[in-house]
Amino acid sequence: MLVEEKNALTEDIEQLIKKFGKKRSALLSILHGIQVKHRHVSEHAQQEIARLLDIHPVEVYSVLSFFAFLNTNPKGRNLVRICQTISCDMKGKDNIVRAIERELDVKIGGTTSDNKFTVEYVNCLGLCDEGPAMAVNDQVFTKLTPEKAVQILNKVK
Amino acid sequence: MGTTILEACKQNQVYVPTLCHHEDLCVAGVCRICVVEVEGMRTLQASCAFPITAPIKIKTSTPMVRKARKHIIDLLLSEHYGECYSCFRNNNCELQTLAKEYGVDHYNFGHVDSPRFEIDDSSYSVVRDMDKCILCKRCVRTCIDLQEVGVLEAIGRGYKTHIGTFGEKPLAEVICINCGQCINRCPTGALRANDPRDEIWEAIDNPNKHVVIQTAPSPRAAIGEEFGIEPGHSFTGEMNTALRRIGFDKVFDTNFTADLTIMEEGTELLLRLYKALVKKDSSVVIPQFTSCSPGWVKYLEHFYPEFIPNLSSAKSPQQMFGALIKTYYAKKNNIDPANVVSVAVMPCAAKKFECNRPEMTSSGFKDVDYGLTARELAQMIKEAGIYLPEMPKSNFDDPFGDASGAGLIFGATGGVMEAALRTVIELVTGVKVEKVFENMNIMPVRGFEGIRYAELPITNVGPVPKVLAHLVPNWDWLKGVTLKVAVAHGTANAKKVMEDIKAGGKFSECHFIEFMACPGGCIGGGGQPIPTNAEIRKKRAQAIYAEDESLGVRKSHENTHVLKLYEEFLTDGPCGHTAHKLLHTHYTKRGKFIS
Repeated sequence: MLVEEKNALTEDIEQLIKKFGKKRSALLSILHGIQVKHRHVSEHAQQEIARLLDIHPVEVYSVLSFFAFLNTNPKGRNLVRICQTISCDMKGKDNIVRAIERELDVKIGGTTSDNKFTVEYVNCLGLCDEGPAMAVNDQVFTKLTPEKAVQILNKVK
Repeated sequence: MGTTILEACKQNQVYVPTLCHHEDLCVAGVCRICVVEVEGMRTLQASCAFPITAPIKIKTSTPMVRKARKHIIDLLLSEHYGECYSCFRNNNCELQTLAKEYGVDHYNFGHVDSPRFEIDDSSYSVVRDMDKCILCKRCVRTCIDLQEVGVLEAIGRGYKTHIGTFGEKPLAEVICINCGQCINRCPTGALRANDPRDEIWEAIDNPNKHVVIQTAPSPRAAIGEEFGIEPGHSFTGEMNTALRRIGFDKVFDTNFTADLTIMEEGTELLLRLYKALVKKDSSVVIPQFTSCSPGWVKYLEHFYPEFIPNLSSAKSPQQMFGALIKTYYAKKNNIDPANVVSVAVMPCAAKKFECNRPEMTSSGFKDVDYGLTARELAQMIKEAGIYLPEMPKSNFDDPFGDASGAGLIFGATGGVMEAALRTVIELVTGVKVEKVFENMNIMPVRGFEGIRYAELPITNVGPVPKVLAHLVPNWDWLKGVTLKVAVAHGTANAKKVMEDIKAGGKFSECHFIEFMACPGGCIGGGGQPIPTNAEIRKKRAQAIYAEDESLGVRKSHENTHVLKLYEEFLTDGPCGHTAHKLLHTHYTKRGKFIS
């Protein structure tokens, strides 16, 4: 990692601390901020956050490991999250997954070779009455069919 | 009122089982084994985490309570991989005890038959076997709250939760200081020390090897506990006999090199003060920190590497002895040092790491081959079919002989300071310590408060004794100086002192500070018998202080064997050239960044 990049990262964290405060309780908001901007929270970032909040790095890692939406390695530019919980499953999420896997040439949990998409399962998106559901980045799509899912993905840049 | 239900039960002699609860640690309330019925509440309450704020009625044994506890034990066992026979905590395991208490006779919820985790034995000191972990988080609270080192935390979520390090790295690659306090508080066999017993037995059974053992002051005050004896009894003489019967060729007393440490470290302190106060040498830093606790040394290397110059360059007693055994002793007895196997019984997990430091080879060989904990030694004694308390007493072997009481009290927090003061006061003022402090007991530095501070005004000075005559011309410059010293035990307290020094507080004006990584000093070390708590540590310390008072020689500089060593071998005196080569070391700036 270049010194420039390290300094920029530290600056990002400092900005977030300014916004959310220096208490331990600010940790999750800071992690989320770094995740949104850098698409992951690297080991270096974790230790920087720990240093600036004056907590142990392992505590940061512990919180990070608890949340499925936070990750330590960079993912693709767009995140496709398919609901795997029972209602969506019964409504045919398997067909959606197969269609997406075929379209993007990637297995669930993986990232496409052009780094454009990462596809993964999530637990309940809270749209059980409108399944199968998936989220692409921050936007949710419901009542999916395989064709509709592929169309949605094709519109993503 | 103001207590928890658990404490109230204890005060009234009502037994409530616990698992995640530990007296040294904060409340966690995660295991739920201590649940009780509270009248008026729908659900069972964890008694360790329930503060009593109004008069309440509780029931500690009802069908609901017993059933809940049994279910908890069954659930813990359903994920507990491994067999009790092959576990080092067999017969000293809190989970096993509970299973017995609650009459577990089969696995109600099944049992794992294959391991889920790899054993992490990367560290020289601590081995982690997460298949035996019950997620009580005692180690986490020890590491983060008690010691403030911060190596272990709960990782993951739900069924996949486990205790891990930063980035799930091996223990040897993170900032673990090897203090082993987590081992002492683990209720099961998930954490243990890296055990060298097999290698030691092999060396003993090899007729070509000359196996010597040195015994630190603290194990003798605690090893009886492994044989069912109440804490607070010393087994020095019995242990010597047992060690010889096991097959060690020579049994030496680490207190001898503790005395030597006082001579070297004390001289170093006086030299530092002389250079700083008289010569105005700005490159000399004060306060001087003690360096005998390897856990503390590694803590400093990680967290305050900029203070490494403050650390005494004197090796710890263990490593001084290692260097002497393979040079002075081997030569004197015509033994090839290559055939000498040097073992050290220590109350410590970090000593295993210390003897493996690459710089600890000043004899031309690995100075100390194996560090053995008090627990492992007790195991070896049992393996040999010996019941320690019944052994006849015997003395230590020559040429190092029996050491002074000053070396002995190294085992308790404040002991190094007291030993150093006994010597420094006499060497500088020429007045006998017993004239200044009743019965030679320097009470201001004793006790179990986390941090102690003492001031000793030097009102008059005596002549410079012969051993130091080549280093300083006179003591006049110390006249009127108030010697300021401090003692801290447990790295959380060490951290407070270090932060104070950084901020320029009162500890930055100290001349000499004793640091011990473990709460209570070595008697509470990570290699001592399990369990540990404040009361046990206090009793062990009492045993050490009582033994000190029973000894004839109680000052390091009056140890005739040490003086003989300076005449015969370290001829250029304390901090001289030979001493520097063999008895002093250097440290590594580690920092706390984990890559």
